[in-house]
This record gives sequence, structure tokens and C-alpha cells, in this order.
Amino acid sequence: MVKETGGIVRLVAVCKLAQKCGIQPAMTLSDALALAPTLKVANYHSAKIKLALAKLANWATCFTPWVAINGVDGLWLDITGCSDIFGSEKALLDRLYQKLTQFKITSRIAAADTPGAAWAISHFTKTTQIPPKDNKTWLNPLPISALRLDPQIVKDLELVGIRYIKDLLKIPRVSLSDAVDQTVLVRLDQALGIIPEPISPRQPAAIFVVRHTYAEPIITVDAVVHTLNQLLPELCAALKKKEQGIREVVLNLFQIDGKTKQITVGTNQKLQEPKLLSILFIERLKLSNFCLTQGTGIEAVTLTATITERLRSVQIVLDNIKPQINNSYGKNHGHSLADLIDRITNRFADCAVVRFTPRQSHIPERSVKISKPILSHSMKHWSIISPRPIHLFTPSILVEAVAMLPESPPILFRWENRTHHVARANGPERIAGEWWYNENWTRDYYQVEDSNGARFWIYREGLYRESVNPTWWLHGLFA
Amino acid sequence: MLENAKIHTLKALQSQIQGLEFGSVLNRNIHEVVPLGTAAIDGILPWSGLPRAAVHQITGERGAALGFTVALLARFAINHKPVLWCFRHFSPYAPGLHSLGFDPNHIIAIRPSQKTQVLWVLEEALRTHSLSVVIGEITNISLINSRRLQLAAQAGNTPCLLFCNDDTSNKKTTSITHWRVLPSNINASNCAGNSDFLSESYWQVELVRCRGTSGGHRWIVRWCYETHCFSVVTPFSNRPKTSSVQKLRKTG
Repeated sequence: MVKETGGIVRLVAVCKLAQKCGIQPAMTLSDALALAPTLKVANYHSAKIKLALAKLANWATCFTPWVAINGVDGLWLDITGCSDIFGSEKALLDRLYQKLTQFKITSRIAAADTPGAAWAISHFTKTTQIPPKDNKTWLNPLPISALRLDPQIVKDLELVGIRYIKDLLKIPRVSLSDAVDQTVLVRLDQALGIIPEPISPRQPAAIFVVRHTYAEPIITVDAVVHTLNQLLPELCAALKKKEQGIREVVLNLFQIDGKTKQITVGTNQKLQEPKLLSILFIERLKLSNFCLTQGTGIEAVTLTATITERLRSVQIVLDNIKPQINNSYGKNHGHSLADLIDRITNRFADCAVVRFTPRQSHIPERSVKISKPILSHSMKHWSIISPRPIHLFTPSILVEAVAMLPESPPILFRWENRTHHVARANGPERIAGEWWYNENWTRDYYQVEDSNGARFWIYREGLYRESVNPTWWLHGLFA
Repeated sequence: MLENAKIHTLKALQSQIQGLEFGSVLNRNIHEVVPLGTAAIDGILPWSGLPRAAVHQITGERGAALGFTVALLARFAINHKPVLWCFRHFSPYAPGLHSLGFDPNHIIAIRPSQKTQVLWVLEEALRTHSLSVVIGEITNISLINSRRLQLAAQAGNTPCLLFCNDDTSNKKTTSITHWRVLPSNINASNCAGNSDFLSESYWQVELVRCRGTSGGHRWIVRWCYETHCFSVVTPFSNRPKTSSVQKLRKTG
């Protein structure tokens, strides 16, 4: 990998094979090519690398939910309490290493009490695991750059003879704090576990997560559905305990090739029923029709409730007692309707499901507000004085029209290659732009009926003045 | 006695055939047929009204056909049950619905991005039991798809109104009734000076096809926004501006 800095092309990262030839990072490309003429060179795309690292971080959530990205080439995994699933910490690390090797990723892994120590051990030793509460002995022989310090600070310290961490530890603390940069002490304390270093996870750790690991990678959708039907009741039971209802659930499918498939399902109402959620997921799974092959089987599944809202447990209604008739759609038949709307919106992400509410505006295209809450729709009164068309063209259509007098309705107009002779007209109804939006147009609306009886809503924009020709527009169809 | 028995058998056979032809809707409940409110049309329809659990197709001139769809919707709608309207190009304009006498608050509007999604939404919506009417805008529909919708309508006991925006397609469908609606200029010649001509709608309605009877009947109907009733208008030549009844009333 190469990167151009200040006119010189330098190596950023090299593979193991290149290292054997003596090629090191930070070499210039010409030097490297002199050493190994067959060197394969790739451009360093920071965005692509970030993306790849994010993907890997996503995948790593199958080990622990607490994953964070460190710099451009590192991942933090907080495996506190996670090792039991894999048997032991050692088993977890082995599995992690084995997997990364499978993905052809050269990796160095280390587990330690503190993030600082883990970083130092992984970067400067070949050990993968250090025993707890023994950071000092392990860190002592390491160079001070293992403390994640600025290169400049490392250089300064080396100048005064401090090369290893043990040199730093020998000096009394009081004199040290005056002599060196504050970050050195902070890093040292963090590595030793004297002060904590919190890792903030990439994705907020969810409270409601259930997971299932397969003994063998699965490749059929039916098997996923089967697992889903086992996991959903588990998740819902956990939610019921905390009186929470699901608004959004994410299904993560971890494939053995390191890719993660994510299926997100949102709901309009807070849900606790596994059955309803399962229907939503099955539809999405069938639609996504992934082609799973032997190489891309799924080895683990997690189900996370990402958005939850408080939902009080509902009193079970006996069949013979009819629920009170409610004016809103909430109670009676709201349930199956809500399911339908959830299914439509989840199946077709780009499908608009809306309701109409009136808006206080005389301008036709603005007098309807599209409102989203489908179920808790408030019944607003529509106060309409003058007749309005059954269909409104948005935007309105420019038509050629002829009017006898400047202030009179048209006698004929052409629309869609047909000439309509106006038999009757009603109007004008003048609608002016809303001055508080700095609009200064005026429209004169006419309701016209052509000789066949078809009815239109036509307006003239602007007034007849010298040198200005107003235009005629078709805005709607009457029934 | 013998005659009576014969008539009885005949009637039984008739209802049996009807049942075979079209589910067993008739036998279930009288409320499942919605009359149009005018004897002239209801008399022609074999169920003396329109069956609820069925697909009704409407084609014709856009404005008039849309108006007629809303009129049927108003007849079919049940209080406090929402209506699902799935459209592609011809969205209903809410204030216009209000002007035609239907409360837009009851409408759930859905605009799918693809044609095929419309049919899926319609079928699923018909089966939910929680909607009073399902309206779908289609360009044309295949025989199999219309059959699917019919079965879904029967399963959910929900009427389905198909607003066909392409008048030229004459594909065979299994819809129970098929209406073609054109605007009518009957009112224009009668009261040319009337400035408030939009208070009523006049349509030239043709029953193109109807299960159980021959199609091709034509009427000119008037839709009254206040009463939600159709009435058949007989065309007169040179009808005076004020009718004779009004004159009589004036003179006492």
C-alpha cells in the first residue's frame, strides 16, 4: 500500500512476504521497487480502509456487543463476561485468530486487564494473553512507544535516556510529573490499570439481545426462520419483564466469510407478540432472497431490540365481553390494521402510507397536510366553502386557453391534444400567494364544464397588463 | 299446490346456481348487499344492489370515473372503519372528497412505487377484516390477478373498488360488476345560466358487464352529495328551466 505525502510516494503498509525482502513501511516506493521489482502496489484509500474496518467491527459483534474502532488499524473488543460462551478466554482468542486468518487478515491479538496493556502486548510481543493483575512485569521490558504516545514525545524521552517502560517506572513519580508531558503519565496509569480507560462501543450496546450460534453453518432461509421463531419469544419475554414494547428490531446474520447481513424491521405500534414480529421478518427474509452457498453459510444469529418504548401489560379481554367502541381506530380493529400497515411499510421501504389532515391554507396544494401517524389519527374538521376538485394535478398543467375578455373565463382550452369548448363556467375565485412567504402571485380559478360535461378546474396566473401575457393552467378535475 | 312446489324448486335451484356462481354471499346476510338507492339500477342488478364481498371495476373518463368511485365508496363505507386507497397516478384530493360528501379523515392513502406492489397491498388489505372499503388504481389486471382479488374480497368480506385508469384496455376480468362512467352534459342544456352547477354531479353510467345478468345497460345518474343517493335522470328535450312541479308549488 502506498500513499503520496509531499510529493514522495511512501509505503504505508506491507505484507509479510514483502517484509521478508527487507521492505519496511515508510520506505519510498522507488527504494522498495529496487529491493523487490515484482512488488505489487496498491493505492491507500483511507475511506475504503475505514469501511473495511467498520465491516470487520460489525462482524466482531458476534464475539461481544462491545466493539470499538481504534485508529485506522485496530479494534477494541471488551470481552468481559463473553469468554464463557466460548469456554475460556484462550478459546475465544484462538477462534478469533483462526477466523481472521480465514479472512486472510494478518492480525495480532492480545487480551489483558486494561486496553492500554492489551495494545502494548499485541503490538510489541508475540504473547496473546497476559495473566490478570500482573501488568507491570509484562510491560516493564517494552519500549515506551508501547504506551501509545506521540512520536515526538517518544523521541524526546529517548533523548534523555528513557527507552523502556521500566526506565520510566524507576524515576520517582514526583520528579517525573514535572519533567515529562502529562499524557505520558495518563497512558502509563491507564496501561497499569490505576486509572480507568473507558471504551465507547461503536454501536450503543442494546439491553435486549438474544443470540444463537449454529454448530454447522446453515444455508437455508427456513433454518433462519426456525431460529427466529425460537429467539423471538425469548426476546419478547425479556421485554415483557421490563414492560417494554418493540418499535425496531434488527436481525444480524453472521456469515462464515465475515460478512454480516442486517435486516431491520420497524413497527407502528409497540409490540410484544413474537408471532407478529415473525411475520414481518419472514416477509423480509423471503423478499431479500439471499443466495446462500456453502461458503457463505450463517454461523450465528443475533436479534436486537434497538428501539423500545414503555408498554404496560394489557389486560386480557375475555371473548364474550366486547371492548368499548372507540371513536379512534385504536381499540377495535386497530390491531389487524396496524399489522397490515407494518407489513406494507416493512415490505416496501419506499411505499408511502399516509393520512390526510387539513391545513389552514387557501392555496390548494397546501391545504392538505400529509400526516404519518396512521393509527392515532385525530379527526380534524374540514372546512371547505367553495367546491374543490376530486383530483389535483401537482404540479398544475400548462394549457393553451382563449378568453374573450381579460377578466372572463376561457371559452376553449387545449389539453392532451384535445380541444375542450367551455359550455359553462363559474368563477373567478381569486387565490393570492401567501405574503408571509414573499409570494406575490395571484390566481383566478374558474370551474368550467366542457361541451361533453367533463369538469375542470382552471386558473389564470397573473393579470392582463400591458406587455404581460398571463398563462392558463389546469389544476384539477371535478367529478 | 303443484304450481307452488314448482316455483319453490325453481327458486331453490336459482339460489343454488347463484351460490355456485358467486360464493354463498347471498345466503349469509342481507346486509351484505348495498343498494344504490335507485330502483332503476337496483332492479337490473341480480342482487338488487351491489354485493359487499366482491370486486367492482370502474373505468371511464378520469374525473367522472373517480367521482363515481367516490360515490360507490360513500355507499359502501361503514362508520368508524377506515378506507384504504392505493393509488399510483390519480391521488384523491382530500378537500374534493369532502366536497363530494365523503370525510377524508377515514382514508388511509398508500402510494406504492411499483405497479405490482398495488396488487399485493390490495390483496393483503382485503383480508384484514378491519377496513370498510379497499380502493385500488390499476392500469389493467390479468384474469388470474382479478380472481385472486375476488377470493380475497370474499375472505375478508370487504368490497374492492378497482379504478382502472386505462379505458382502452378491454381485458377480461372476474370482477362482479364493471362500470364505465363518462361525464354527462344533460344538465348543461337544461339550466345554462346556473352558476352553482357543481353542487351536483351527472354521469353517464354504463353497466358494461355484470355477473348473472346481461350487460350494456345505460343510465344517466345524478349523485347527491348530501343524501349519498343516486337518482336516474331521464333526458328531456327542451326541458324548461323550472320544472312543472316547482311551478305548481309556487302557485300553491
